[in-house]
Amino acid sequence: MSILVIAEHDHAALKAATLNTVTAAAKLGGEIHVLVAGSGCAAAAQAAARLAGVAKLKLADAPHYAELTAENLAALIHAHAAGYSHILAPATTFGKNLLPRVAALLDVAQISEICGVESPDTFIRPIYAGNALATVKSSDAVKVITVRTTAFDACGQGNAAPVEAIAAGPDLGLTQLVGRELTRSERPELGAAKVVVSGGRGLASSENYHRLLEPLADRLGAALGASRAAVDAGFVPNDYQVGQTGKVVAPQLYLAIGISGAIQHLAGMKDSKVIVAINKDPDAPIFSVADYGLVGDLFQIVPELTAAL
Amino acid sequence: MKVLVPVKRVIDYNLKVRVKGDQSGVDLAGVKMALNPFDEIAVEEAVRLKEADIATEVVAVSCGAAVCQEQLRTALALGADRAILVETDAAQAETLQSLAVAKLLKAVCDREQPQLVILGKQAIDDDANQTGQMLAALMGWPQATFASRVVIVDGKATVTREVDGGLETLALRLPAVVTTDLRLNEPRYATLPNIMKAKKKPLDTLKPAELGADIAPRLTTLKVTEPPKRQAGVKVADVAELVAKLKNEAKVIA
Repeated sequence: MSILVIAEHDHAALKAATLNTVTAAAKLGGEIHVLVAGSGCAAAAQAAARLAGVAKLKLADAPHYAELTAENLAALIHAHAAGYSHILAPATTFGKNLLPRVAALLDVAQISEICGVESPDTFIRPIYAGNALATVKSSDAVKVITVRTTAFDACGQGNAAPVEAIAAGPDLGLTQLVGRELTRSERPELGAAKVVVSGGRGLASSENYHRLLEPLADRLGAALGASRAAVDAGFVPNDYQVGQTGKVVAPQLYLAIGISGAIQHLAGMKDSKVIVAINKDPDAPIFSVADYGLVGDLFQIVPELTAAL
Repeated sequence: MKVLVPVKRVIDYNLKVRVKGDQSGVDLAGVKMALNPFDEIAVEEAVRLKEADIATEVVAVSCGAAVCQEQLRTALALGADRAILVETDAAQAETLQSLAVAKLLKAVCDREQPQLVILGKQAIDDDANQTGQMLAALMGWPQATFASRVVIVDGKATVTREVDGGLETLALRLPAVVTTDLRLNEPRYATLPNIMKAKKKPLDTLKPAELGADIAPRLTTLKVTEPPKRQAGVKVADVAELVAKLKNEAKVIA
């Protein structure tokens, strides 16, 4: 039995989510191969070869993988799928975009966003915004799986797996990249941060969000997050969103500030180790999941908290 | 240009789900059902394309039991021109999985020849986030998932996608599949006159057998359980108490 893990990377470096995915793969019990497909991605491949538990690193380096489009990558993975019992990728926007396409080409189901491995064919996954957990058994010859990264620890490093270059697949030419507007930040990555400071509608404006939450996040070395309401209102860009359809986070400490706590938001953060809620409404649902709740005016409390840390 | 909009009947998003005592699933008996919110956004986008004279016809399609007609009527009330129900029996509907739906939709696409298929990025019941990508693969079409902006010009779609790092814009050859994210648009409400008009719009029914698609489930749900409940904690009086708790009790800050 061998397992293929699709690495997420930006050609130069490996994304942290790949490390959690390798840990999920290790729970299946089989030889783990990692595929790095990109353009000029030798550095990412070297990083992936260092991951503990990886037996072989497969490298597909071609110009038509520069934009990491699902169409070209799915064709490549499909062509190299023979012999693998499992194909895994992180349940990030990269993995969610790519892997169902691979599954359909292989004529198998995809098991989305697993948070537990019961056996090589049985997995646990959240449904209904995490309000229920389904245990599902696959009857397919190949199990195509996306992994909820917060449910698995990062794998170790210090390995030196052999790197094997593989032939690139076709360039289907179906899509072209027009442009990217990526948020640049010195802060930790939201999905992997130990502390997350998250703001909601209660902050009332983009200016307030930045003025109040950035100093607090600086003090805590935290990533910044937001509720859907704050993103919809334009306080912050879409990639800040925590929730059922945004990012799922599970930091050591999650501070929910001016967030009422709709179930769609709770779905994205309720596995955090410690949750703090600051809200003026004592009946806000966020308090039902918070370890520590502070009822009051966030415009007073947040600067006070920043000063006290 | 014909636009096909696949839609799904799901639990109303405001409702809290209850897991059945025998762990066989989620209790949907007597529960209010609705159009999947992401599909509602897809219908709205298609209708706007028609209002902008880019789309000529908007066809809503749903796969499932006869009751899915309700959601198709909603799509018609929102502005779709006609609807297709791929009708399964109730037992099949329970085990209809993303791959099977993608195969049924492929058969519908082969018949209808749309230039654009636009659907929700995920359904809020099983949160699978697969159908659009699978359909695109089966058709050999380009895909743009998690769309927050769609522009159609000269047989090309330019789609802005919400990705983990921010936004990415792709140009796609048509025909193509687009899946919607939350910020693509704000769907309108169906007005009473439009709800009345929707009752007279055509709704055709097809059977999976007519479409020749294999819809056998590949996954078996062994059990559905409630996640571990998080206990509500304590309310603290002020910032000083909060900081003390975080330092001494939770030990998450130094």
